[in-house]
Amino acid sequence: MPDATGLELVAQRVRAAVSDDAVVSALHAHGSATLEVAPGSVHDVLEHLRDADEEPYEFLASVHGCDYLPEEPRLGVHYQLLSMDRAERLGVKTRLGTDDPGLRSVVDLFPTASFQEREVYDFFGVEFDGHPDPRRILMPEDYVGHPQRRDFPMGGEPVLFTFNEHKLPRWYD
Amino acid sequence: MTEDPPDGIGIPADSVNGGASGGDGGREGQGGSSGGGSGLGSGGGSEMPPGERTQAALKVPYREREESVTSSEMAGLDPPIAGTELEPDAELLTINIGPHHPATHGVLRLLCTLEGETVLDLEPIIGYVHTGIEKSCEDQEYWKAITFVERMDYLAYYFNAYAFCSSVEALLGEEVPPRAQYLRVIHMELNRIASHLFWLGTAALDIGAVSMLWWSLRERDGFLDLFEMSSGQRLHTRYFQVGGVIEDIPPGFEDKARKIIAGLPARIDQYEALLDRNEIWLQRMKNTGIVSKEDMLGLGVTGPLLRATGHSWDLRKAMPYCSYEHFDFKVPVGSVGDNYDRYRVRLEEMRESVKIVEQALDGLPEGPFITTNRKVALPPRHELATSMEALIHHFKLVTEGFRVPPGEVYKAVESPRGELGCFVVADGSAKPARVHMRDPSFVNLQSLKKMGEGSLIADFIACVAMLDPILGGVDR
Repeated sequence: MPDATGLELVAQRVRAAVSDDAVVSALHAHGSATLEVAPGSVHDVLEHLRDADEEPYEFLASVHGCDYLPEEPRLGVHYQLLSMDRAERLGVKTRLGTDDPGLRSVVDLFPTASFQEREVYDFFGVEFDGHPDPRRILMPEDYVGHPQRRDFPMGGEPVLFTFNEHKLPRWYD
Repeated sequence: MTEDPPDGIGIPADSVNGGASGGDGGREGQGGSSGGGSGLGSGGGSEMPPGERTQAALKVPYREREESVTSSEMAGLDPPIAGTELEPDAELLTINIGPHHPATHGVLRLLCTLEGETVLDLEPIIGYVHTGIEKSCEDQEYWKAITFVERMDYLAYYFNAYAFCSSVEALLGEEVPPRAQYLRVIHMELNRIASHLFWLGTAALDIGAVSMLWWSLRERDGFLDLFEMSSGQRLHTRYFQVGGVIEDIPPGFEDKARKIIAGLPARIDQYEALLDRNEIWLQRMKNTGIVSKEDMLGLGVTGPLLRATGHSWDLRKAMPYCSYEHFDFKVPVGSVGDNYDRYRVRLEEMRESVKIVEQALDGLPEGPFITTNRKVALPPRHELATSMEALIHHFKLVTEGFRVPPGEVYKAVESPRGELGCFVVADGSAKPARVHMRDPSFVNLQSLKKMGEGSLIADFIACVAMLDPILGGVDR
């Protein structure tokens, strides 16, 4: 990964190429480099880092969602970029509120993001604008709620057995 | 009767009948002996003596030694094979493969649109074994969550545990002692071989070679015996801890491990000889499911699937972790990127893993097998009787667990299926705020559409087998 100085240089180049307020901060911790960007410019920043930057990152390894409850804005979406030529990783993250969270999809840049963005939508409710197939992926399609949010309760779905099936709401009713 | 050359693929180039026209001469029975029959070698009618013939055949690249039939060639055959020359407006058939179908390697559902026998479109539908492991991890202390993450990719549990433990170690800033790193390498490579053996058995089973399943599972059992020796469990061993491993290897482990891995290359030669002389196998493997390197990279595919296209990306070499830079091993790559290359790459990886295990056993350093930081790792059992401090540490660790300073980190390892990444967010408490696994099966599954579209449905089943998805890892 780029060192702390290198990360600042990346941040400067991104600011120059995309916009001044595209980069919120640059974090270098635990041996990894992360660029926090504004939610509106995620697509442009990733496009710049993939195509135009002098140290390009051509491979998107992973997309994660996370919930920073009780911090605000609560939701976070992380993109893990990888350059196979230089064997470097760079994280790009953005923070979103829970009221109508939305981001521009990066499937057009990285086709691999298709499943991964669907997973983030499924578990955190972040909607990806421009995704070719914006549906749930792991939870059932008629499921209500986004279960990986931290205010979503653990457990709570009773298991039907013969001894309790008369007391519990029955799915076949 | 020609003797098997070391790589088990010395098949005279001139002795094989071309694919579909071939009768019995070009086919070896799947139940044949593992010693490698000579059914192909004797039917050729060539004038060269057998020794020279083998020598001449070995000079031909392995890919050209046999011919098999592809779907494109099938279209021009006379008489035509049913289903290959349907009119464009022929009726399309949508069929559902799975979720409960043995060829889908777990509960994977595939919605296929067929025209005759050709797959025109397919859509993988997943989520049938989603058990919310990541959510459950948020309710467990860090040291208890190891048990949960191991159950994601249930054939590569050491890798899951390593990805999680190394992320937590990075957040804690904890150093892992050299002996623990070597022990981890030994177990991860043994696990890689065991996982590939399971893949070999189930993949061959999909093509119809039932006996391969029993033989590869027989080999795999030896590795599970080793895991049982070191940790007491055959699957989901929970051997890796934050800061090291739970126990040193017991006496006798090294001898047994050396004995098992010393016998493995000969076994792989046998399996290779058995499969590589099987016309059915070759027809399903060669030039089927080809996806270019660029498409694979765009789809985020890593591991043997990417290496089969000729891209030598292996995290163990490119970004070494856990002392992998100490070991001398090669990264096998393919040349075409078809199913055959995927099969060959995995076989070679098993041979390379054997070398790594041997080197790690030779160079196993002395010293502690887990960090001596008592705030993270449990004190040795004997100290509890004599030391008050040890008792307090033990009590605190077992009741509350250790706290991890706030931060977020992503660590990736090379699992048998590709880049297995673990993203951990710590909020300062003793439980992780978020554990997300970037599971290679989940990401690689996206390439199935590219592999399968336009191929025969039988080749498509071979693609699923060569993709090697583990649905526990896909759905988590």
